[in-house]
Amino acid sequence: MAEYSAFSLLKNALTGNKDWKPAWRKPDPKASYDVIVIGGGGHGLSTAYYLAKEHGITNVAVLEKGWLGSGNVGRNTTAVRSNYLLPQNTRFYEHSMKLWENLSHDLNYNVMFSQRGCLNLAHTPAQLDDYARRGNAMRHLGVDAELMSVDQIKRLVPALDVSGSARFPVLGGLMQRRAGSARHDAVAWGYARGADRRGVDIIENCEVTGFLRDGGRIIGVSTTRGEIRAKKVALAVAGSTGRVMQLAGISHMPIESHVLQAFVSESLKPIIDTILTFGMGHFYISQSDKGGLVYGGDLDGYNSYAQRGSLPIVDEVMSEMLALFPGLARVRMLRSWGGLCDMTMDGSPIITTGPLPGMYLNCGWCYGGFKATPASGWCFAYTIAKDEPHEFNAPFTLDRFYRGLIIDDKGQGATPRLH
Amino acid sequence: MLITCPYCGPRDVIEFTYQGDGNRERPQPASQDLDAWNAYVYDRLNPAGDHNEIWQHSGGCRAHLRVVRNTITHEILSTAFARGGHKSTENRAEGRS
Amino acid sequence: MSPRRTETGGRIDRLRTIRFTFDGAPYTGHAGDTLASALLANGVTLFGRSFKYHRPRGVLSAGVEEPNALVTVLRGEVREPNIPATMVEIYDGLVAVSQNRTPSLAWDIGAINQLGGKILSAGFYYKTFMGPVIGPLKGTRFWMFCEHFIRRAAGLGKAGTAPDPERYERMNAFCDVLVVGSGPAGLMAAKAAADQGARVILADLEAHFGGSANWSGETIDGMPAADWAQRMVGQLGGNDNVRLLPRTTVWGYYDGNTLAALERVTDHKEVAAKGEPRQRYWAIRAGSVVLATGSFERPLVFPGNDRPGVMLAHAAERYANEYGVLPGQRIALFTNNDSAYRSAVALKKAGAAVVAIIDVRSDISNEMRRMASEAEAELLAGHAVVATEGGKALTGLKVQRFDAMSGSLSGDERSIHADSLLMSGGWSPTIHLASQAGAKAEWDPARQAFLPPKPTQRWIGAGAFTGSFSTAEAIAEGRAAGLQAAGGAASSAPLPIVEAVPGDPDPAPVFEIKAKGKSFVDFQHDVTAEDVRLAHREGFVSVEHLKRYTTLGMATDQGKNSNVPGLAIMAEALGKPIPEVGTTRFRPPYTAVSIGSLAAERFGDLKPERLTPMHDWHIANGARMYSAGLWYRPMIYGLAGETVEQAYVRESKATRESAGIVDVSTLGKIAVQGPDAAAFLDRVYTNMFSTLAVGKARYGLMLREDGLAFDDGTTWRLGEQEFLMTTTTANAGKVMQHLEYFLDVIWPELKVTVTSVTDEWAGAAIGGPKARVILAACVTGTAVDNATLPFMGIVHGRIAGVPVMICRLSFSGEMAFEVYSGAGYGTRVWEALIEAGKPFGLVTYGLEALGTMRIEKGHVTGAEIDGRTTARDLHLDWMLSKKKPFIGSAMMDREGLIASDRLQLVGVVALDNRPLNGGGHIVEELDEANPHDSLGHITACCYSPALGKYIALALVKGGKARHGTRAFVSDPLRNRFGPIEIVSNHFYDPDGSRMHG
Repeated sequence: MAEYSAFSLLKNALTGNKDWKPAWRKPDPKASYDVIVIGGGGHGLSTAYYLAKEHGITNVAVLEKGWLGSGNVGRNTTAVRSNYLLPQNTRFYEHSMKLWENLSHDLNYNVMFSQRGCLNLAHTPAQLDDYARRGNAMRHLGVDAELMSVDQIKRLVPALDVSGSARFPVLGGLMQRRAGSARHDAVAWGYARGADRRGVDIIENCEVTGFLRDGGRIIGVSTTRGEIRAKKVALAVAGSTGRVMQLAGISHMPIESHVLQAFVSESLKPIIDTILTFGMGHFYISQSDKGGLVYGGDLDGYNSYAQRGSLPIVDEVMSEMLALFPGLARVRMLRSWGGLCDMTMDGSPIITTGPLPGMYLNCGWCYGGFKATPASGWCFAYTIAKDEPHEFNAPFTLDRFYRGLIIDDKGQGATPRLH
Repeated sequence: MLITCPYCGPRDVIEFTYQGDGNRERPQPASQDLDAWNAYVYDRLNPAGDHNEIWQHSGGCRAHLRVVRNTITHEILSTAFARGGHKSTENRAEGRS
Repeated sequence: MSPRRTETGGRIDRLRTIRFTFDGAPYTGHAGDTLASALLANGVTLFGRSFKYHRPRGVLSAGVEEPNALVTVLRGEVREPNIPATMVEIYDGLVAVSQNRTPSLAWDIGAINQLGGKILSAGFYYKTFMGPVIGPLKGTRFWMFCEHFIRRAAGLGKAGTAPDPERYERMNAFCDVLVVGSGPAGLMAAKAAADQGARVILADLEAHFGGSANWSGETIDGMPAADWAQRMVGQLGGNDNVRLLPRTTVWGYYDGNTLAALERVTDHKEVAAKGEPRQRYWAIRAGSVVLATGSFERPLVFPGNDRPGVMLAHAAERYANEYGVLPGQRIALFTNNDSAYRSAVALKKAGAAVVAIIDVRSDISNEMRRMASEAEAELLAGHAVVATEGGKALTGLKVQRFDAMSGSLSGDERSIHADSLLMSGGWSPTIHLASQAGAKAEWDPARQAFLPPKPTQRWIGAGAFTGSFSTAEAIAEGRAAGLQAAGGAASSAPLPIVEAVPGDPDPAPVFEIKAKGKSFVDFQHDVTAEDVRLAHREGFVSVEHLKRYTTLGMATDQGKNSNVPGLAIMAEALGKPIPEVGTTRFRPPYTAVSIGSLAAERFGDLKPERLTPMHDWHIANGARMYSAGLWYRPMIYGLAGETVEQAYVRESKATRESAGIVDVSTLGKIAVQGPDAAAFLDRVYTNMFSTLAVGKARYGLMLREDGLAFDDGTTWRLGEQEFLMTTTTANAGKVMQHLEYFLDVIWPELKVTVTSVTDEWAGAAIGGPKARVILAACVTGTAVDNATLPFMGIVHGRIAGVPVMICRLSFSGEMAFEVYSGAGYGTRVWEALIEAGKPFGLVTYGLEALGTMRIEKGHVTGAEIDGRTTARDLHLDWMLSKKKPFIGSAMMDREGLIASDRLQLVGVVALDNRPLNGGGHIVEELDEANPHDSLGHITACCYSPALGKYIALALVKGGKARHGTRAFVSDPLRNRFGPIEIVSNHFYDPDGSRMHG
């Protein structure tokens, strides 16, 4: 398949764009594979890509029940950052960040990763100290972080209300300049194309309906397109983890599925040039290249598989938005949607071998899965290929909860809706 | 979403606080069965379908309700006071002693 | 009067002239005009520029679906961008400007993008702008350089930064039947339901009820349909059980039959009436809903279909019949169905010349032929438009013979001179709300449209919404739906009689004319038929991939015009029927909703403010306040010229030397009462409370279920069955819910009630060597000596005549007392204490001094109990009773929670005698350039007047074993590096002799 470049664009334009080929093939499933990855979202596709690229395992199928990228990779607010408090998370997400920084070249697909920064606003002295703790933790792991003064913030985001008269005046903020946003769909498509070019079969409209077993061992899956066998079966199904694990006979997991809403405004001329978070509630906002303000807030707060949100959260998010930007009251919300979040009991993910023989599990992304996409796939591929975790995902075990080795960045305990 | 509180009648979801999976069984306070404690604290049923869950009417009478709600349609199938129907009968026995 | 304005007709008031400006030029219109109708009447053809190619665009529609004619409305400094001119009702002084053009609408530099042509095809971004793999522009640099220019070029209107001075309002409404849409179906439904006695709300997004009756030119019950509609509205308005909501868009269908609607209350007014909000946000809980939302006419896809002057046929009919405006003088129509013939006749009647009706169908019914004659239009059956001509206004078009079966063109092109081309590509029911509350929409191959899905909530459809496009059907379905929704029996009473032009509701399945030139599917986003086919070639064939790859349907009209044509073109490319490509599920909102309306009353007032009873006193006495959660608390009571550090050093020094007083009213306070109260507290706290004597208090620690530290505070035993629990300020609500959960869900057999009394009590803590004499000077009714009031003792007395409860406990480490009184008397007691303290040098102190003294004592607060620490980490293991189980006791000894390398609480002394910072880290080896290997961090710090040093509390890996060792503070964020010593967290008076007295 042809490389994408300005030259290929020009060449194809001259022939009326008639010669472009599909970004990935649409093969029928084979009878067996070395590895089956369940879930054609960002994590499943990146897992397949890195299995092929890093480990030479190309006899791989990615099974997607709907259209490719129909899960959270296509319904998130596109933030990419590694500004975590706890070292286990920071190391992992920083690895992701480094993969992001070269991802467009790696995939020969412009995922439009733009490092326009992520600024966490602080509104009390205690919060500023908290952010300093986090920023310093990042710096001690070689990750960029800096504190910004109110004046610097005012210059960066002139539309922000930094007047002392606000209900929660801005006292400063924690900035990670290398953070940014990317074009979410392009990430799915880029990984799909990259995996496909290395021989991976990407099979859409193929829903897993059960697991094939040999004794206790998983040896394949039954699907709406027939039985497929594999030496290794890897799950990367995020919000559907509970449902798929049920098929494997595991009814309980340290996970709740919740719905998270996101919103886009009508397209506007550039007004917000960074990712911004509000410290006295839960609100984050950025502006896409098309001009829409992309923003969101809290989970709706109850178990859901519905991909539809409720009104109270809509009102809450808009109220917080106007607390920061009172000039945007007349801007209009154009779209809203809900995504399913696989919330764990400590807010951190799970990338592990098992829990059944022949199975590998990647889940628990809460609502931070998009930024994890490259590292998640990279680490999961390593774990699948080597049958042991890489040091980056070694802490993200399934048994850490029972053992008390919890990684709780927000300190909220086993209440998933608060992570 | 409207939840019908047995005291207060049908009220908007904004008045309630979610307390999660209502199937969990808390071991007896003196129990040393760590696996049972871990399961109680960390493991969830998380079904795609009818879900037995606890809500508190925190913006109303503050009673805890046991609600059966479908997690796909959000339809609420039944509501009752949680104190009436908790499974952990052992706990109650222990409490009376 | 403009030649485009008809002499009579429509509902505009020709006697009232309205003056407004568009792009700075003054115009006039009439009362009842929209901005679009008024500008059309003034001969304006150019309304906007498209998103990508900046192509000149006119007005396509007459309603909410308008993709092209978007404007920004200005009210002083306040801007409202991206409003369809079709939805702006003009008023005197209206200022509207066009968007996305530089320097002007007529001459837009962005139009240069059109030269990019085929290079700027769908998805081109993904294939380029990646830049070099090595060198200074590697990584994301080159993309970000390009992106800078792309962002500037993108975007439609400009948002304002000036705060909106207007008010937004939220209303909660309840009704038996909500009727959405007020065309004939909606009016009939509302009437039928109201006649049953149901509480009815009728909402319509337009300014005037009536829907298609306002412009169809039909006759109902012997009168013009518009008059019939007004009569119906009059009847409805007279009913007490009916609420009419014009200008109200029902935009969301949420769970529990809750619908969200936006009422534009004053947007159409020059000046709002007193007290009126700008917009009102309705949350409507409806027993049942009747969806009578009508349908949208679809554009046809053909080369040049975006030229200003090309318009939807029914829109032109609306402009003529409703506003008395002709879109042109020489009009051609292009259609695949019968409905355009009525439009032709209407425009002819209104005074335009209809030069041709171009119909893709070769087989035209006699009725339609008769109507073409009535319109005096040449009928070109079996023809199609293959090109349009003109620049910023249409001058003509080209037609060719067309075979609807094969889609092929033949014969010579023929030119037709026209200044307006009206198109009709069939009709799509407006099923958006139904899709939010229903299953998957169903494709009807006859109507060539998606019909409403099966409901998942309680709604009933009626009229064009169901695909029943005739008014007679709408009236019948509307009445039936209204009756059903109100729980009434079906009626066999005669229905209003409709006289209407007959017509076949089914269009020919023709969506696109394939000829040379750009044919637009999504007008605003410049998505062409070729882009759809490119998406097909590249494998983006599912409806969602198509949408995301080409941005089809992602513009402000959300695909209302483009959805079905786009699917049809993809289906053809795939050789599959349309429903196999899929349909997008519609989500809220139906049309864009102002963010101000959604925030409503919380705009400018996000969260409540919690003030202690003594708040005003603090302000009046020089306190500098800061916010702690929702509370405001004094930080310092600064003297003139003092820095914060000088102030808190003075305050804490004075407290330790004589006495100080601090407002502690914000502490959470929970009354725990009942026969099992003591047993309950034994389960809740790690330490024992059943052994506590009445009249005594005890410090308690709570764990979470998972065994980590949760909250701490003192609890006072006021009676055998009565306790007053105090919690930290931050966790008051959480602790309350925690207790309630256990009492209600886990241990319902315990006879205990818990009541939050935080706001009932005012609290003042007075501490220091002189605290006792100050109390003795003002307290009556009790002694406060050591025998009567020992450490952790409680007495009741009066201060300034006010009953008070005094507990001798200490956070500061001094001899100290907490004095609680009824909240309403808090200031009186406070002032009496201050007065009594004057001879003894009593100072008021704020949170900074409070924090300083607690750091000196090594007490923990929320910075240390941060949800990740255990009792052992904080050296509180002495509080973990071994005699009883308690919440968290079974979980607290798991391997991860007892590891020796956990972060543990220590004290830190700065050896360089410079201030430390909260959040600074601790390292063994200082490396300012590349900080690494953090051991932990500082949780709280101060200058300690008692020690004469800068000290801190910190959580440090294996901290306890490090007492007496040296390390460094490493705080690269604030460039603070230096040597420290790690010590015990108990800096000051470790044996507590001062507080025990």
